[in-house]
Amino acid sequence: MTESITVNINGTSYTHDVEPRLLLIHYLREVVGLTGPHIGCETSLCGACTVEFNGKAIKSCSIFAIQADGAKILTIEGLAVDGKMHKMQEAFWNEHGLQCGFCTPGMIMTSKQLLERNPNPSEQEIRHGLEGNLCRCTGYQHIVNAVKAAAKVAGA
Amino acid sequence: MATTTITKTEKLVGKRIRRREDPRLITGTATYVDDIKMPGMYYAAILRSPYAAAKIRSIDISKAAALKGVHAVFIGKDTENAGAVPCGSSLPGLRVPYHNLLALDRVYLVGHPVAVVVATDRYIARDGCDLIEVDYEPTEAVADPEKAIAPGAPAVHPQWPDNTGFTFHQEGGDVAKAFAEADVIVKQRIVSQRLIPNSMETRGVVADWKAADRSMTLYTSTQAPHLVRSLVAQILGIEENRFRVVAPEVGGGFGAKIATYGEEILLAFISRKIGKPVKWIESRRENFLCTIHGRGHVDFYEIAAKRDGTITGIKLKIIQDLGAYYTLLTPAIPTLSVLMMPGLYRTPNISADIVGAFTNCTPTDAYRGAGRPEATHGIERMVDMVAAELKMDPAEIRLKNFIRNEEFPFPTATGLVYDTGDYAAPLKKAMDMAGYDQLRKEQVEARKQGKFMGIGICAYGEICAFGPSPATPAGGWESATVKIEPSGQVTVLTGISPHGQGEETTFAQITADELGVGIDDILVSHGDTSLVQYGIGTFGSRSTAVGGAALYFALQELKDKIKKFGAMLLESDDIAFANGQCTCNKSGKSIGVKSIAAAAYRAMKLPPGTGPGLVATHFWEPSNFTFPFGAHLVVTEVDGETGDVAIKRYIAVDDCGNILNPLIVDGQVHGGVAQGIGQALWEQAVYDDNGQLVTGEFMDYTMPRAHMMPWIESAHTTTPTPVNPLGVKGVGEAGTIGASPAVVNSVVDALSTLGVRHLDMPLTPEKLWRVISSGRTA
Repeated sequence: MTESITVNINGTSYTHDVEPRLLLIHYLREVVGLTGPHIGCETSLCGACTVEFNGKAIKSCSIFAIQADGAKILTIEGLAVDGKMHKMQEAFWNEHGLQCGFCTPGMIMTSKQLLERNPNPSEQEIRHGLEGNLCRCTGYQHIVNAVKAAAKVAGA
Repeated sequence: MATTTITKTEKLVGKRIRRREDPRLITGTATYVDDIKMPGMYYAAILRSPYAAAKIRSIDISKAAALKGVHAVFIGKDTENAGAVPCGSSLPGLRVPYHNLLALDRVYLVGHPVAVVVATDRYIARDGCDLIEVDYEPTEAVADPEKAIAPGAPAVHPQWPDNTGFTFHQEGGDVAKAFAEADVIVKQRIVSQRLIPNSMETRGVVADWKAADRSMTLYTSTQAPHLVRSLVAQILGIEENRFRVVAPEVGGGFGAKIATYGEEILLAFISRKIGKPVKWIESRRENFLCTIHGRGHVDFYEIAAKRDGTITGIKLKIIQDLGAYYTLLTPAIPTLSVLMMPGLYRTPNISADIVGAFTNCTPTDAYRGAGRPEATHGIERMVDMVAAELKMDPAEIRLKNFIRNEEFPFPTATGLVYDTGDYAAPLKKAMDMAGYDQLRKEQVEARKQGKFMGIGICAYGEICAFGPSPATPAGGWESATVKIEPSGQVTVLTGISPHGQGEETTFAQITADELGVGIDDILVSHGDTSLVQYGIGTFGSRSTAVGGAALYFALQELKDKIKKFGAMLLESDDIAFANGQCTCNKSGKSIGVKSIAAAAYRAMKLPPGTGPGLVATHFWEPSNFTFPFGAHLVVTEVDGETGDVAIKRYIAVDDCGNILNPLIVDGQVHGGVAQGIGQALWEQAVYDDNGQLVTGEFMDYTMPRAHMMPWIESAHTTTPTPVNPLGVKGVGEAGTIGASPAVVNSVVDALSTLGVRHLDMPLTPEKLWRVISSGRTA
């Protein structure tokens, strides 16, 4: 049994027949071929799969693909425009906000949302804003620096 | 002959350069194992035991095999002749359990693989697992190492009813005399609890057998791809020269991906059986249960000291929780604790015993620090207890016992030779940064107000740059190839296998400085056995100290060849090479690397005795380990109402020798400290009496999150090592080793007003609340 869904992902419209049990993260990775968002736990606790869903950062392991019918989704692959990186990507690069890079796509999407909700966050606000995303490499300090640095850059 | 302009004069080693591996990682275009897709690829899911100990009466796979989309199902008897999971450690009298790829007639840990379902997609593979009926007869399990070696415990392996995998004894000096002549003897049982490494990427394998070529390609999330190739090829009888292992992007390892795992053998075995590529990706639940755990020590310490604080002897008995079977290094890890048990102190008399205890639990093996965090935690806690006993300041007793600068190279009582050190320097620097004397005054005031304020110090040493080959299970050298391509661009192939440590950047810095070419013209490649000569891999803080040294020597050989071509092209035998230019010392004429490369490959003319091309390969064997050190100082306040620990200041002064890229070194320290604080305050693998892992998900196992971490004030002293030409010692594990004793010493100091002398990790709010509550009511 499958259902047809149409989803706008990174500005492109996709229509697929999917099983109702297919998770959105598996749809993005296996069906659409966007392997930027990662699977770190499948239980919504690590945040590696974070994408933007109708403008809100969500964990794509925790909803089904069919729930995304008609939705607008932005993944890490859609963040750079015309080859120019988003300021959050640049900030993670400049501040060494990543090591193994596995949590990074989710971490960047969460950080982007954090600044959209609070353009000038304090260190504690940044730390609490990133609570839902686990990183085992960095100890978070350079990630905090990256978000601070991005906040200082004007524009999206 | 045309001369080219100078390409580069600015030195890059020592600069904060942003990483060259990052663009693919921050744009979501890097390729991890689960991102690999092949035509006709199948997916494997593994059915695992829900019991820690059980006999298998029967397995019925008929329903799974009949499921639409299921291609094949394998159980233990199918893999019986495929070989066992390898252990690379050897100790006298070591009992090595034969761990078949899939369980045969019994299981001995939760997560023990029982069957594999191979299907057209991962959902169907899991459906298939649900349809397999296994008739288990549960038996009694033991999950605690102390209980396991007590008389009457259930046997993890029936042939060894005492559950003892090995015993080990080492001593140096005259420990009996030291204890007989001691003014004070301090004893304590100290636990370094079981931890779960939890790299953010779980393990995963794609195996691709091509029967016509008799060739195997194995993509696996590993820290040591060549080791995987040698071991799996040997185990399955596949020709090593037709066996390619690729470690693509690897999402963290922390030691847990050094071992060659059963699944790597199993997937290769299955792909060869079915003649198709097959993928297995470990779920997080499996990662908790089936990837190795770290630590798992119960230590019994005794320290002998003189009244003036001189530490004269250390006795240590380690009960090492081995788990149910061995992975690559399981029995070797506690022997590293013994090597490092004197810490930074001159103590000439030591005695150590290890009992390796089988339990019905996940195997323990190398996790960040691997044996040294346990040793450092032990000695640094004990030194604090001796100081308390003698009413000395914790800094004073350390400064008194440190090995002195003029004593290096220093032979330790455990048989090591420490290379270089200035142990007082980082401690004094940390105390300066903290304003130590002022802090102690503030503490007096805080205590008057009823606050639990603590100041904790750890002065750690570690053993890095693994290592001289005779001291390692599988060779401790490293290799590098440097190729200047005909275009003048440079390719570096290194035998290490970085997965976050940043050597694509630091090795490019070294290469740029040595060859005088722009860093954008350098590519550092690794992790593919068909590309790289051979290598040992990335672990034990060895990548730069051993792999970087191999690169340095390859670069010197290449420079010699460049100079030969330069001499020929400039028609002079008086040539200097600097900043990417060969220059004739007489005429002043020069020629750049790019022109030399073109000439070396065009080969219209060759220097006498020299072949075409510009390639050099060097295999480098280190003469010793390196011994980084440092001091961490932590200020805490414990909430008397909740037991919650607030880290007010975290100061880390690390001496890792020369620093190639301060940005990357800071990152290594921060990450290491986070894992050490995690152990000190929150993390613990908890098993119930039946051998069920209670902390088997991120919901229950407390990984440090951003809001739980303090700001880390990081600084360095610099004491280069003579062991390698770069003078680097290694920094990957330092933070983890320094952190747990510093935090625990701080909390114990905070609660010392209640008579607290020692607390075992993790110092959860509940544990501290109970301590404070009982202290107040007492």
